[in-house]
This record gives sequence, C-alpha cells and structure tokens, in this order.
Amino acid sequence: MNQQICTFFLDDQMYGLRVLQIQEVLRVQEFTEVPLAPPAVLGLLNLRGSIVTALDLRQRLGLPPNPHLEAPLNVVAQTAKGLVSLRVDRIGEVVEINPEETETPPGTLGESLRNLLAGVVPLPTGLLLLIDLERTMELGSSNPKSGA
Amino acid sequence: MQDDLQQELIRELIVESREGLDQFDQDLLAIENQQNDEETLHRIFRAIHTLKGSSGCLGLKQIERLAHAGENLLSVLRDRLTPPDSATVAALFRFCDALRRMVADLETGAVSATADHAAIIADLNALHSVLLHGTPPEIHTEDGSSGLFEDEPGSSGFFLEPAPKPAQAPPETATSDGPVAIEAAIRVGVTQLDQLMDLVGELVLTRNQIIQHAATLRDPAILQSSQRLNTITSKLQESVMKTRMQPVGQAWSKFPRLVRDLSHELKKPVSLVMEGGDTEIDRTLLEAIKDPLTHILRNSIDHGIESTERRRAAHKPEAGHIRLRAFHDGGQVVIQLSDDGGGIDRERVLAKAIERGLIESANADRLADRDVFALIFAPGFSTAEAITTVSGRGVGMDVVKKNVEKIGGKVEVESVRGRSTTVRLKIPLTLAIIPALLVLTGGKRYAIAQASLLELVRLEQEQAAARIEFIRGCPVYRRRSQLLPLLYLHEQLGIAPPQLQPGDAIFLLIVEAEGCQFGVVVDAILDTEEIVVKPLGEELKAIPVYAGATIMGDGRVALILDVVGMARRAGLLQESRLQSAAAALDPAAATVAQEILLMSLGANRQAAVPLADVYRLEEISAERIEMAGNSEVVQYRSGILPLISVAAALGLPVPDSSPAGGKIRVVVYSHQGAQYGLVVERILDIVRADAPVSRCTNRPGIAGSSVVGNRVTDFLDVPALVSVSGVVSYHSAENWGLF
Repeated sequence: MNQQICTFFLDDQMYGLRVLQIQEVLRVQEFTEVPLAPPAVLGLLNLRGSIVTALDLRQRLGLPPNPHLEAPLNVVAQTAKGLVSLRVDRIGEVVEINPEETETPPGTLGESLRNLLAGVVPLPTGLLLLIDLERTMELGSSNPKSGA
Repeated sequence: MQDDLQQELIRELIVESREGLDQFDQDLLAIENQQNDEETLHRIFRAIHTLKGSSGCLGLKQIERLAHAGENLLSVLRDRLTPPDSATVAALFRFCDALRRMVADLETGAVSATADHAAIIADLNALHSVLLHGTPPEIHTEDGSSGLFEDEPGSSGFFLEPAPKPAQAPPETATSDGPVAIEAAIRVGVTQLDQLMDLVGELVLTRNQIIQHAATLRDPAILQSSQRLNTITSKLQESVMKTRMQPVGQAWSKFPRLVRDLSHELKKPVSLVMEGGDTEIDRTLLEAIKDPLTHILRNSIDHGIESTERRRAAHKPEAGHIRLRAFHDGGQVVIQLSDDGGGIDRERVLAKAIERGLIESANADRLADRDVFALIFAPGFSTAEAITTVSGRGVGMDVVKKNVEKIGGKVEVESVRGRSTTVRLKIPLTLAIIPALLVLTGGKRYAIAQASLLELVRLEQEQAAARIEFIRGCPVYRRRSQLLPLLYLHEQLGIAPPQLQPGDAIFLLIVEAEGCQFGVVVDAILDTEEIVVKPLGEELKAIPVYAGATIMGDGRVALILDVVGMARRAGLLQESRLQSAAAALDPAAATVAQEILLMSLGANRQAAVPLADVYRLEEISAERIEMAGNSEVVQYRSGILPLISVAAALGLPVPDSSPAGGKIRVVVYSHQGAQYGLVVERILDIVRADAPVSRCTNRPGIAGSSVVGNRVTDFLDVPALVSVSGVVSYHSAENWGLF
C-alpha cells in the first residue's frame, strides 16, 4: 500500500507528513504571542473557532532562522492531541512512497533531530525526511523556570 | 411503516420517556414527602399515559402492558385525589425503574426478564384492586383478573390486547400531552452545535474584513449595513456560544432519588439540599462530572453520615444533612458537597496510608490535614470498616480524582472530626463562558476571570511612587489596613516593561487566589466581556500562568490568565513555607500583641524582632571585628559572637561599611542557647505591636510583614536568617569535646 506524503521544504531539504494528517495550509503572519512558551512556539491562531498552537519548524528542528524567507506557510496538521501548525519555508508536491522503503534516520543526524523524524525515504529527487508529528509537539519542560 | 422511520420514532420515544420518567421520579418523591400539589398526580399520570400511547403505536407491547397497568392505578389515584400510601409509592418506584430498564433495553437491544415485569404488573393490579374494592383480587392470573373488574374494562385482558384502549378516556388530549414533553427545548446534536460555532467564527472574521473595507469605501449605505452586520454577528456569536451551556443542576436531577434509595437501604434518614443548580457549565464538562459527583454523594451517605444511633449519641439531629452547592469562584466553577457526618478520621487515614506504604510513618505527624485528606484519593484506598454494596471497596475516590483532573479540575477535601466533611470539585472554566476583564500589558491583550477580581485600582504615576512600597525589592501595596504583595504582569510574563509617559497611570487588579490576596499591575484596563474559555494545546499546558485562551470579537486569540497559577509560580501560595515562617516567629504572633524591637536596615527599610529574644543592644568598635572562617565575629563576653549583617542576609544594599565613629550597632540575639549579633544601621524603638503577619511571604529570613508606626516593617525570622547567611553558632567550649 503506497502512502501519499505532502512535502515541504526548510532550506533545500525536503520534509514530509502523511497527507491524511494534514488539514490545510495557511498563510498567516500574525499570531497571538505566548509569553513564557518554549522558543519554538510562534503563538496561537484562531482556526475557525479552534485555537491552534503554531510552531516554527525551523526552530523546532534546530535550524537557524532564514532571514530571506518572504512568505512562510503554515501546515496545519491533526494529531491525537489536537491541531498543530508548523511553519515551513515552502510547500512541495504530494509524492507517493512505499512505506517499506522507509529507513531509520542515520545515527549521525544528531539526537535532537533524529528523535523528531519518523523515517527517511530515498526518492529519486533526494531524501525525504518524514516528521514524527507527535514528538514534534512534545516541547517538553523547556519552558523557562519560575522567575520568583 | 418504513424501518428507518420506525427507528427514528423509537429513538424519540427513548429520549422522551427518559425525561418523562425523570419527572415521574421527582413527582413521586414530592408525593412521598407530601410536597405535591394537585398538578403532581396529573403530571405523573400524563407521563405514563404518553409513554403507553407511543409504545403502543410503535408496537412495543412489553412497555405498553407495563405502562398500562401503572396507568390504571394512577388514574384511580388521580381521580380520588388521595395521596398514595407508602406501599403504593414503593410499587410505583419499582414500576418506574422497570420502565426505565425496558427503555434502556430498547436502546441496547437487550431483553430483560419478563417475569419481573409480570410481578410488578401483578403488584400494581393488586393495589389498584384494593383502591377500588378495598380488597386485593382473589386471583392473579390473566384469565381471572379479566373477570374481576367489570367496571374497569381497560384493566382486563391487558396481556393480550394489541392496542388497549383505556376505558377511562384521559381528560387530556394528545395535543395537551405534547407540550409537556417538548415545551422547554428541542434536541440538537453536539457536533452540529460545534459546526455552528465554527461557522460563526468564520463569520466574525469575514465581518471584520467587511467593516474594514466599508470604512474605506465611504458609501453610507454600505457603512450602515456593515454596522448592522456587525451587531447581528456579535449577537449570533453570543447566542451560539451560549447554546453549549447547560445548568449544572441537570447532572443532579437524579440525586434526590438516589439519596432516597440509599437512605432507605442504609436505614439512615438523609435530607439533601441543592443550591446553585442554575450555574452554567459547558455540556462536555457536565457529562464529565456526573459520575464523580454521584460517587461522592454515595460515599457521603454511606461513610460520611453516621448511623442514627451514633448521631443520637453525638446529640446531632437524627437525619443527616447533605448540601450540594454550585457557584462561580476565582474563575472556576465550584461544586461542593458537604455532609454533617462524622468527618474524616485523620489518624485512621494515616494508619491506612502507612500500612499501604503511601507515606513514611516518620512524616505522618508533619502532614497538614489537607494533605492527609488528599490521601483518600490514592488508588485502592478505603478506610471503611465494612464493605457495603454502596461503597467501601476502595475503588472510586481515585477514579473521581482522575475524572475530575482529566477535565483540568481539582478535588479538595475538608473535614472537621465529628462534625462535617466537604468535598469540593473545582472545575476549570475551560469551555465555560465567563465574564472576564480584558487588560493590556506590553501591547497585548489578556483576559482575567472577573470572579477572581476583588477590586481595581488606578494609580497616577506620582501616587504609585508613594503608595507602592518595597520590602527587600518586593513591591507591596497598602490596601486599607492590609499589605498586598504586587506582581507586575510584564515581569511575570517575562516581557519588556512598559514605557510610561508622564501622565500615564498604572492599574492594579486586586485578586484573590486560594485565599491569598495580591495585586497584579497591568498597563491598562480595556473592557469587560463574556468569553468562552478554550483549552490550550498539550504543549502549552505546562505553563502555569494561563488558564486557557479565548477568541476575541475581532477573531484574534487572547490568553486567559490563571490567577492561582500565577500566585503559585510567584511563590505566594507555598503553604509549607508560610506555615514554618509563621511558626518561627511565635505560634501566637498572628494574634497576640508583643513587644518588638524596631530597627532600621538602611535604605528606608524597617525590620523587627521580638524583644523577648533580644539579649542586649551593643555598639561595637569596627576594629574589634575579626574573621572566623568566612564570617565576621567579635569576641564578646569571653565567647565568640558571630555577626550577621541583616541587610546583606536579606539581599538589601548594605549600609556604609565604615560607619561614623567606627562603631557598628549590634542586636545580640539569643536563640536556643546560641547567640548572634545582628548588625543593623540603627536601633529605632521598642513598641508594642500586633504582628498581623502578612500571609503571603516567601522570603527566607522574613516571617512576614506588617505596618508598624505607619511604616512597612519586616518581621525577621532569625533562625532562617542565620541559615541563609551561613553563619555557624559558637556554643560554649565544652562542645569541642564532641569532635
């Protein structure tokens, strides 16, 4: 059974999420900031009455900010814990993959990135890194400590 | 009849008859308690009559037969206007339960034993016969009974007739029955409501865009209609949001019956009072608290209320009293259930907890009551001497806690031994509509529940400088005779402080969180608004200062501040420290006036110690200061006196280290055989003062603060100060032998 993957890019690297996980792609610039939130949190946005946490995927994956980015897009995805929005540089095409060809991320990637990947798919056009959405949402206890 | 139409009708019947039977229960209870009026019996009769009619139409023979038997009895009761005796009421309760079971079976497709139903029908017929003829029927068989009641053809042959027509045509027509069931509400699926809400959200956004465009078009006609659109949208939004709210009393509707049944079963008379049933909460929360509440109620009757003998011995009224109350408080919905029973036995809970390995026996005595009572929520915990069918198997309270916590709520227990137990569910506003105050800090809007607000204060900048004082860097505000700690919202949120222009004012929100009052400083106060609380995503729930978020009228998101979380994060609610600090000063200090020594620490700060602990006041030449280890000491009366600079230990600016005349002023403080020299700037006075220690303090070395002689004064907690400063004490030389 082939899977359809929605791809998107950070710099020139292709990442992907299963199409079924994706609800929509938005071009939102304004978020409600959440003071004290972990740095990867861009803020909150109102998606037709639901409040969605918007994450900066670059920041989440430990990439430096891209100052030349003009029109980042937000990929809104569904998870068991609700909706989450991931800001990406640009959107790619939908590709079909054979899940059996998915390989585990190489150990050289560094643990912080490897933990957030569900797998790597070698495609003719390059490597497709599959995002592990649930783990990406786990921002852990990285929120700042009490100032008292 | 088409199959799906039939199914649809049956579904309607199920819902309708549930409501009818609930009402039946309540009315029957009213009759039992002699609180019924003329209408009650009519209503009961109608409910059953309707059920019989609808089930007959749908070919549900079992229900129809049972309902018919009940109807016969009820019609006589209604016509005679005589209140039924207790046996009849009991039979009618059983009858109602049987109907309920059958309706439930319809839903699940299960089939209950018909033998039970036949027995109930026989009972009802027997009672009916007694009412009519004063004697029970001689024969209970179907054939026999049909011959007995010539005057009641309706009751004859009810097992066989496909669509019985009651002999007495009910005075009410079908049309008059209808409105009874549906007059108050219609049913709408929850998903449909959610969709409606989403659509309204979209509409709000579109509305905002149109308003913006309309403003640029300068067309009066469009401007007018866009304003109209604005108003209508807001109203629509408000009403749609409110459709999700339901009175909490709906979760209670079965409680009177439950209490009645349990009190009969356990032979404990119990009265139940319910207040605040109209407090509204979101329907999903309502569902979630139904079971926990039922469980707490059962527990309360079973374990809380003592047996009649014990109550008599304790000179209490024989009937136990349970009070169920719902209200808004501190931005939460509180549902509390209090009983006037025997209370929780602290020792027994502790013993059980130690036995189960939940706590160390060494720690037992130090636990606060609140912590001890919290142990009853541990999985598998039960102190009940006997396991009854009602409760006591140790499952339940932990489930209660889990369920309440699942929706972000909290359970608290308070108990006075021998007097009462109160279980309090604090349900977050999550999803509830609450009146909120919108404030501005750092250019961003935040909402704060009005329920937690006590007072709003506006301070001009000059005023602010005078009215906000500092205790070791901590701002406080004098609100009448009370000292309130202040939290600057921008500091709490870690955002840049506001750039105040001359003439700007600052605003204080005086709030209360779990009994602790404090002030929150914000840049501006915007407006009040009814908001719908939405939960934050998992990834943000760990931040304690937010209770959730809400969508504002302009479609943007605003964060809702959690006053309790904020107080806790800022250290205002750390009970253990608070208690130890208060105890350190003097157990009675909070109420009893005592003599205190006032001293100045420099930089306009005033501190106090109890005079009883002061050994002497000395002026010591600075040249005499020597070093021992890292601390300064002086030789004093053939011993060594360690010196503690109070200002330094509290983290305050230390006054000039080379005072005029080369003398330092030392308060020789004696505590548990050890002496310390507290170095202060000046000794001020000895006064007699109450020490109404301001309860919100979390600063090591300070037990509390109060206003003495018109000045804010820190009451020192010297033992804590000693440990903060890291000074060792010098006992007499014999102690050396210990090494």
